[in-house]
Amino acid sequence: MAVSVSLNVNGKSVSREVEPRTLLVEFLREELGLTGTHVGCDTSQCGACVVHVDGKSVKACTMLAAQANGTSVLTIEGLAPNPEDLHPMQAAFRDNHGLQCGFCTPGMIMSAVDLLQHNADPSEQEVREWLEGNICRCTGYHNIVKAVLDAAGRMRGQPQAAE
Amino acid sequence: MYAFDYHKPSSVEEAASLLASKEDATVVAGGQTLIPTLKHRLAQPTDLVDLSGVAELKGVKMDGDTLVIGAMTTHAEVAADATVRSAIPALADLADGIGDAQVRNCGTIGGSVSNNDPAADYPAALLALGATVVTTNRSISADDFFTGMFDTALEPGEIVTEIRLPKPARAAYAKFPNPASRYAIVGVMVAESGGQIRVAVTGAGQDGVFRATDIEQALSGAFSAEAAKAVKVSPETMSADIHASADYRAHLVSVMASRAVAACS
Amino acid sequence: MADDGIGASITRKEDRRFLVGRGTYTDDINRPHQTYAAFVRSPHAHAGIRGIDTSAAESAPGVLAVLTGKDLADDGIGDLICGWLIHSRDGEPMKVGEYAVLAKDTVRFVGHHVAVVVAETLAEARDAAELVEVDYDVRPACIATATATANGQPQVHPEAPNNRAFDWELGDKAATDAAFENAHHVTKIDIVNNRLIPNAMEPRAAIGEYDFGTEDYTLYTTSQNPHVARLVLTAFVGIGAEHNMRVIAPDVGGGFGSKINIYPEETVCLWASKKVSRPVKWTGDRSESFMADTHGRDHVTTAELALDADGKMLGLRVHTFANIGAHLALFGSVTPTYLHGTLFSGQYVLPAIYVNLEAVYTHTAPVDAYRGAGRPETAYIVERIAEVAARELGMDSAEFRRRNFIQPDQFPYQTPVALTYDSGDYPAILDRALAMSDYDTFPQRRAESEAKGKLRGIGLSCYIEACGIAPSAVIGSLGAGVGLWESAKIRFNATGNVLVYTGAHSHGQGHETTFAQIISSHLGIPADHVEIVHGDTEKTPMGMGTYGSRSLAVGGSAIVKAAEKIVAKGTKIAAHLLEASEADIEFKDGAFTVAGTDRSTTIQEVAFAAYVPHNYPEDLEPGLEESAFYDPGNFTYPAGTHICEVEIDPDTGVVEIVNFTAVDDFGTVVNPMIVEGQVHGGIAQGVGQAMMENCVYDDDGALITGSYMDYCMPRAQDFPGFKVATTETPCPHNPLGVKGCGEAGAIAAPPAVMNAITDAIGTDMQMPATPLRVWQALQAKAPAMAAE
Repeated sequence: MAVSVSLNVNGKSVSREVEPRTLLVEFLREELGLTGTHVGCDTSQCGACVVHVDGKSVKACTMLAAQANGTSVLTIEGLAPNPEDLHPMQAAFRDNHGLQCGFCTPGMIMSAVDLLQHNADPSEQEVREWLEGNICRCTGYHNIVKAVLDAAGRMRGQPQAAE
Repeated sequence: MYAFDYHKPSSVEEAASLLASKEDATVVAGGQTLIPTLKHRLAQPTDLVDLSGVAELKGVKMDGDTLVIGAMTTHAEVAADATVRSAIPALADLADGIGDAQVRNCGTIGGSVSNNDPAADYPAALLALGATVVTTNRSISADDFFTGMFDTALEPGEIVTEIRLPKPARAAYAKFPNPASRYAIVGVMVAESGGQIRVAVTGAGQDGVFRATDIEQALSGAFSAEAAKAVKVSPETMSADIHASADYRAHLVSVMASRAVAACS
Repeated sequence: MADDGIGASITRKEDRRFLVGRGTYTDDINRPHQTYAAFVRSPHAHAGIRGIDTSAAESAPGVLAVLTGKDLADDGIGDLICGWLIHSRDGEPMKVGEYAVLAKDTVRFVGHHVAVVVAETLAEARDAAELVEVDYDVRPACIATATATANGQPQVHPEAPNNRAFDWELGDKAATDAAFENAHHVTKIDIVNNRLIPNAMEPRAAIGEYDFGTEDYTLYTTSQNPHVARLVLTAFVGIGAEHNMRVIAPDVGGGFGSKINIYPEETVCLWASKKVSRPVKWTGDRSESFMADTHGRDHVTTAELALDADGKMLGLRVHTFANIGAHLALFGSVTPTYLHGTLFSGQYVLPAIYVNLEAVYTHTAPVDAYRGAGRPETAYIVERIAEVAARELGMDSAEFRRRNFIQPDQFPYQTPVALTYDSGDYPAILDRALAMSDYDTFPQRRAESEAKGKLRGIGLSCYIEACGIAPSAVIGSLGAGVGLWESAKIRFNATGNVLVYTGAHSHGQGHETTFAQIISSHLGIPADHVEIVHGDTEKTPMGMGTYGSRSLAVGGSAIVKAAEKIVAKGTKIAAHLLEASEADIEFKDGAFTVAGTDRSTTIQEVAFAAYVPHNYPEDLEPGLEESAFYDPGNFTYPAGTHICEVEIDPDTGVVEIVNFTAVDDFGTVVNPMIVEGQVHGGIAQGVGQAMMENCVYDDDGALITGSYMDYCMPRAQDFPGFKVATTETPCPHNPLGVKGCGEAGAIAAPPAVMNAITDAIGTDMQMPATPLRVWQALQAKAPAMAAE
C-alpha cells in the first residue's frame, strides 16, 4: 500500500505517493532527480548519502521517505543560496583540494556543515572525530580536514552563514 | 527490502494496538539498526510501526534523584542534554560516542535497549547504573531486562516507553571500539551508587552485556584503576571474531575497566 | 610563463560540479524506458550447478526476463578475458580457466554470477532474484594462497592442475645462488601481503542500451578504460562490433584498479538490453562490490637477502605464491609478474636477483590491479628485508640504505631484472626525508614515550616504482595483448578556446585541470579556456585508459606532441598573416612573432584565420585540429623515501601514527596541489593495508569481511596530517619530464608503517597490524610484560 510523502526539499514543497519501503535517498534520487546525494554502502557507514533533515545531518540511506514525511530536507544541491554561488564549505573544499573523485564529497560537505552548526571553531582532532561517519577513499582526509577548518574560519568571519 | 505497510501512530496506545493487530509488525524507533537489516532482507515484517510521532516518548526529566529518559530520545539529544550532563555525565559521554554523528541524530535509547545488540553501549550503562526499563505493560530492572544476545524480557507487542536511571555517586564509561564497525569490542561502565559498585561490560560476552563481578569485588576493596587492571578476567565466556580473540577481549575488559575507574575520579 | 601553467597549484576545473551535486556518475543516468537488473549470485565458493529453475521468478510481478549462462551460450556470447599472456619458466603458456559471464555448470567463488533478472523496477528485480532456484552440488573449496598448489586441494579449473596458473621466473638463478654462497650474512623473512578490497566509494554500475534502429550498442559504465572495454566486449566477448559500440564512462567515483577489468555485469546489461529491447541498468550495492569487484595483493612470500661484511647487498632470492582468485582478470597475470618482479632492485645496487612466482587459482574473487598493482608487493618485500637486514647487522636503517643506493651518476641504470632506471637522486631524497621527520632526535622522543608507558618506533621505506608501462613493442614481446601508448587530439575553436580529447580517463586524478595546464604552458591558452574531453569512445580517439600512474607521463606527453603539431601549422598560418618567412616565426606564450621584430599575432587570431580562411596560405588545409599518439620509450621511475613514526599502547595494542613524512621524486610537477593530494590518498591506502584492511574468507570460502562492519576502512581519525615534499629529477625521455605520482603512497607506506611498528614492539609481525595482532605479538614476545 503506497504512502503519501510530503516534505520540503531545498525550500520547495514536494509530494509523492511511494512504496513504504522507499528510502529517503531513493526518494531524492529517483523521484526528485536530486542525484547529488550518493549511495556508497549498505551498512549506514560511508556517509555519501548525508543530508540534513530538519537541520540535522542524517544518513538518507537509513531513513524511509515515509519517516521524513513533514520534514524539511536540505541536500547538497540546495546548500548554496543560489546555483551560481558556493557555500563557504564548498568553496573551502575547492580551495583546499578536499575532493578528488567527488563521490563522497556531497555527504562529506553536508556532514561538515552540521559540525560547524554545533561547533563553530573545531580543533583538527574534533573535525577528524566528527567525520567518523564519512568515508573517503581518495584524499587520505588531509585536505578535507584542512578544508573544514578553513571553512570554519571563513564562516566565523562572516556574520551569516549561507544556510 | 521486502515490501511492508507503514504506520505512524500518535500515541503509545495506538502503537500497541497496531502491533497487536498486524500479522508480523515491527516497531521502528530511530531505524539505525532496523533499516540496514531490512535492506539486507534479513527481516521481513508485514508492517512497520514508526514511533517518531508519539510525542510522549521523547524528552528528559528528573524524578527526584532519578533521571528519566523517554524511549524516543536520540543519542544526540542525550549527549547534549543539560539535565543528563548534570545528573550522569558518564551517560552523556557514552551517548556521544555511539556510532557517528548521523547515527546519533536518529538512533534512540529505546531502540538501542530493545534491540540489545551485544556490542551496543547503552545496555552496559543501564546494567551498571541499575536502571529500570519502563514499558507499556510494566517496569523491568535492567538486571532482568537483558536476557542474552539480541534478546530481552520484552513480550511481543510490548513497547519500551522510558528508561529510569538513578543518579550514581560516580560513574564512567570506557569503550574500545571495533576498528571497522566502531561498535564496542569491549565497553565497560563502572558506577558507584549507595556504596555499591557495579561494573557492566558490553561487546565482550557471548551472551551479551554482563556484570563483571570479579572486578566489582576488586573495586569494593580498593576503588582504583590498578585494582581493576589487576583482575584477570576469564576468556571462557568471551566472544571471538576476526577483530578480537576471547583472550584479547578478556584482557581489554580489565584495561577498559581500569580506564573507566580512572575517569571516575 | 602563464600563472596557470605547468607548476601552478591552480584549483581544479572539475570541482564545481562535484561540489554542488551535479556530477554525473553512472547511477545518476536514467534512460527512457529503462529496466533494472538484479543478479543471482552463488552463496557457495565452489559448487556444481545441477539445474536452475527460473519459473517462479519469471512469473513474478514486473519481470521481463530471467537469463542464465545457457542463454548466453545460445546467443554465442563468449567468455571474459585476461589481457596478458604469461609463460611459465618451462615455456608453457599460462593455464587459463573458464571466465564465464554467467556461470555455466560450476560456480567458483561466493558472489559468482549465476543468473540475472530484468524487471520494470529495481525492487521487482531484487524480489524476483530471490525466487530463482539454483540446485547446487556443493563441493570443497580451495581458499588459502600458500597451500593452493598442494596435492589433494580442491581444483578450481581442470585446465590448471594443482591450481597453478603459471610458474614464472625472472633474473639469473645461478648468479643469485652464487651470491648467497659467498655471503657474509643472509637475512630471511616470510611475508604475507594481505588481500585487499579496493573500495572505490562509487560502487560499479552499468546501463546497456541497444538501438534496434541503428543496430548500435551504448554502454554507460564505471570504467577506467572505456576503449579497452569496447575492444574486449566486441572483439572477444562477441557483442556487436567496435564501430557500433559506444562506451561512455562518465564521472567515475574512484577506481584504484578495480574498474579496469571487464566484468560480467556490464556485459550482461548490454546483451540483455537487446533481449528485452529496452535499456538495462544495474547498480551494484556495496555488498556486491565486496564479493565481486576484483581484489588486490594476496601474496605469500619467502625472501632472502645476501650481504657482504660491509652491509652491501649481494643478492636477493624471492619465492612467492600469488593468489589470482577464481579467474584471471584483465590485468590479473601481469600484475604479479612484469609489474612486480621487475622492481626487485629497489633503489639499490643489487647485483644478482632471482624471482620465482607461482600464480594460484583459488575459490575466491578474481585478484587484479589495485593501486600500485604488483609494485607495492615488491616494495614491501625489499623494504622490509632491508630493514630487517640493517637490524640484524646492527646498522642504522638510513645508513644501511645509503650504503646500497644507486648513485646519481649511475643513471641510466640497468638492473638485473630487465628494467633500465631513467633518472634519480636517491640520497638527496633520503636526506630531505630524514630532516623533515626529525630522524636524528627520534631517540629523545622514544624515551619520552617510554616514560609514559608507551612504545615508539620509526620506520623508513625507500621505494622505487615504474609508471607508464611501455614501450608497446617490448610489452608485446612479454605477452601484452595491447599496446600501451596514449592519444590526444587538440581542437581549436574559431573563437580561440580549446577542446582536448584524451584517451586517458579521470576518476579523481584531476586531468581536466592538469591537462589544461599543459595547454596553457605549451600553447598559451589560459587553462580556463580549455575543456578536457574524456571517457566516451565516440568522442575521443582510441586510448588505453588510466591505471599504473600513466596518464600524465603517456597521455600528457601525447598532448604535448599534438600541441607541437598545432604550433607547426600555426606557424605556417602566422607566417602568411605576418607576411614573413616560416623560418622567422617564433612561438612563445601564445603568440607567433617575427623574430627580432614586434610584429606578432596571437594563437587565437591564428585559430580564427584557420576557420575563416579569407586571408590564408593557398596550399594549407583550413582548420586547427591535430592528433597525436605517444608510445614512450621506457617506463618512468618515480622514487621516494617515506618515514613513519608510531606510538603504541602496549595495554591495548593500539598503534597511533604520530608522524608521517613523504618525500617523492615525481620528475616535473604540473600541479603541486594535486600531486600532494595524490600522495595523501596513496599513503592513506597504504596505511590502511598496513594497519586495518584485510579481506578474510573462511575455510569454506565465505567472505567474512563482506561489509564495512568487518572490512576496516581508514577514517579521518586514523591519521595525523601528512608532511609531504617533492624533489625533482626530470624524466629524460618524455617531453614533460614527468614520472607519475598516483600510486606512490600506496607503494611506500606499508613498509614504512610496518618497519616503524616492528621497531616499536621489537618483534616481527605481518600486516595488518591491528590492535589485536599487535597485542598478540607483544604477548608472544614477553607474556609477563604485556600482561602487566
